[in-house]
Amino acid sequence: MDSQKKALLNYCIALGDDSLTLGHRLSEWCRNGPFLEEDLALTNVSLDFIGRARMLYSYAAEVEDQGRGEDDIAYLRDCREYRNFLINELPNGDFAFTMARQLMIDAFDVGFYKGLTQSADEMLAAIAAKAIKESRYHLRRSEDWIKRLGDGTDESHERTQKAFDQLWGYAAEMFEMASDEQQLVDAGIAVDRSALKAEWSSTMHSVLKEATLDIPAQDWAIGGGREGIHTEHLGYLLAELQYLQRTYPGQQW
Amino acid sequence: MTEKNPLADPRLAAFEEKISNDQRIEPKDWMPDAFRKNVLRQMSQHAHSEVIGMQPEGNWITRAPTLYRKIVLLAKIQDEGGHGLYLYSAAETLGTSREEMVQALHDGKAKYASIFNYPSLTWADIGMIGWLVDGAAIVNQVSLQRTSYGPYSRAMIRICKEESFHQRQGYEATMVLARGSAEQKAMAQDSLNRWWWPSMMMFGPHDSESAHSGQSMKWKLKRESNDVLRQRFVDQTVPQAEFIGLKIPDPDLKWNEERGSYDFGEIDWDEFMQVISGNGPCNRQRLQHSIRAQEDGQWVRDAMHAYELKRQAREVA
Amino acid sequence: MNQHSLPLFEVFIRSKRGLDHRHVGSLHAEDPAQALDYARDVYLRRSEGVSVWVVRSSDITASQESDMASFCDPMDDKPYRHATHFKLPKEVDNM
Repeated sequence: MDSQKKALLNYCIALGDDSLTLGHRLSEWCRNGPFLEEDLALTNVSLDFIGRARMLYSYAAEVEDQGRGEDDIAYLRDCREYRNFLINELPNGDFAFTMARQLMIDAFDVGFYKGLTQSADEMLAAIAAKAIKESRYHLRRSEDWIKRLGDGTDESHERTQKAFDQLWGYAAEMFEMASDEQQLVDAGIAVDRSALKAEWSSTMHSVLKEATLDIPAQDWAIGGGREGIHTEHLGYLLAELQYLQRTYPGQQW
Repeated sequence: MTEKNPLADPRLAAFEEKISNDQRIEPKDWMPDAFRKNVLRQMSQHAHSEVIGMQPEGNWITRAPTLYRKIVLLAKIQDEGGHGLYLYSAAETLGTSREEMVQALHDGKAKYASIFNYPSLTWADIGMIGWLVDGAAIVNQVSLQRTSYGPYSRAMIRICKEESFHQRQGYEATMVLARGSAEQKAMAQDSLNRWWWPSMMMFGPHDSESAHSGQSMKWKLKRESNDVLRQRFVDQTVPQAEFIGLKIPDPDLKWNEERGSYDFGEIDWDEFMQVISGNGPCNRQRLQHSIRAQEDGQWVRDAMHAYELKRQAREVA
Repeated sequence: MNQHSLPLFEVFIRSKRGLDHRHVGSLHAEDPAQALDYARDVYLRRSEGVSVWVVRSSDITASQESDMASFCDPMDDKPYRHATHFKLPKEVDNM
């Protein structure tokens, strides 16, 4: 496999991992939402992300052309082979933590997938065209929630501020290019993520300001997801996700 | 004091006439208190069942064996939540809020389908719940599309339309296991063994024993009796089991040529009573989960309300 | 405990262009904008519509059954409002 093809494969898998880990976390909210209407809404968002992961993995499998399918990629790789940003794999915490994370990711995704619709790779552009519609809606929702929570009661304000404080340092890696990503940018296939930071910051500033929240100090950053260095949480996520495929190898379900 | 002839009340006579003409009773219509109570009890119980029913299936969302099974399961559980919501809304037309209904559930004053007090232990249980539990529910719900309370009937029509994929996906998932490896087939058979009788119990006590049935039938809230519906479920399910080579755990099950139906064994009514009275394997867990979700969400709901009040104040200013 | 309950909204959906909005049910939300978003999750999971209305249930004014006699009966004696009232020769009867 030539190096660009290999890079494209890694790229699709990494994007799929972002979508799957977050979709998985959001699916944990199903039957646990703060009220029934929101339970249904969160599940729809989860379905969008898992659906996105399926498209990206299927395309990765096609690029690789080694007979693997979407489920082989999702269920038969271990922690070190997962390439998602750490922010996606963190446990849900309370509703404020979940929505604060969602705002950070949705604001990133809107910029990212908008860029990816222009990809020279037709399949990625098509996946992005679908994803961008979803992400615009997700962002509208998470902005709305952060305003309600930030400017709600003292308790909700405190919980939401704390959530952003705990999450903030995980944003940095969303704007750092992986080692083999630049060649895809040069080929017009991938998005230059480092260029997305300004718009992301401006969205975050305006939403948090309206929500009467402080922008957390920018004095820490934890990354490593694209290199397969994760938090300890991912192992447990995968243990659940992969349980049946690992216990009964090679079966059809 | 002499007993008043109920038919002397012209409102009651008008109500009875609507029922006998198969007209629907609508929220603003006059209705006897007992009817209102009965329909509220039936609808809130049905709504609680949908929402509590999200738990045993939800237990497998994070462990579904493929991404496809995962999204189908998520979408299905989300539908159950939606159905609970339709039913709560329909019940709210009687002037009782969703909060009051949920409170009654948490206080142990309202019931839900006892089937959801059994644990989902293996992946095969997910297929089995779709095939058997939703299958039994659909038999009941199809019949309830003609129930006499308008909002209930309309909610049922909507639910039946959406529910059709639930049973089919359950049967299909079971079929894959039944035709899979020896381990998978054993998993499916074990699951059928555990879910068959609880599914049979879903139709409730025999007609002769059922506390609310008689009055509900008279008011056409229930359109067909427990035993009639149970027989229909058995007759449609047995061939489906045979088709995929699974054995229904009832030694008395056999085709009765004369009746054109299957004869079947007696339900263990002691177990039924145990589970109904709160002592099934998961009763406590299910209720605690529901209470915890309600409590955890309180600050979120409070925040929304506080925000809304501030917004309104800003608008006035 | 401060048990504020979310207001109730009625949901109306136009299932396709050219048809009326039809009442499909209700849901709870804090304000109309949120009600509209939730209508999507609750009543449009299968793309059932092209347009949605939500309205606070408390803003609906409804007729009372007991008034319906005086409300509607006077309309009953105006058969000339109905097409079938006018008998036409069969050659032109598909008017």
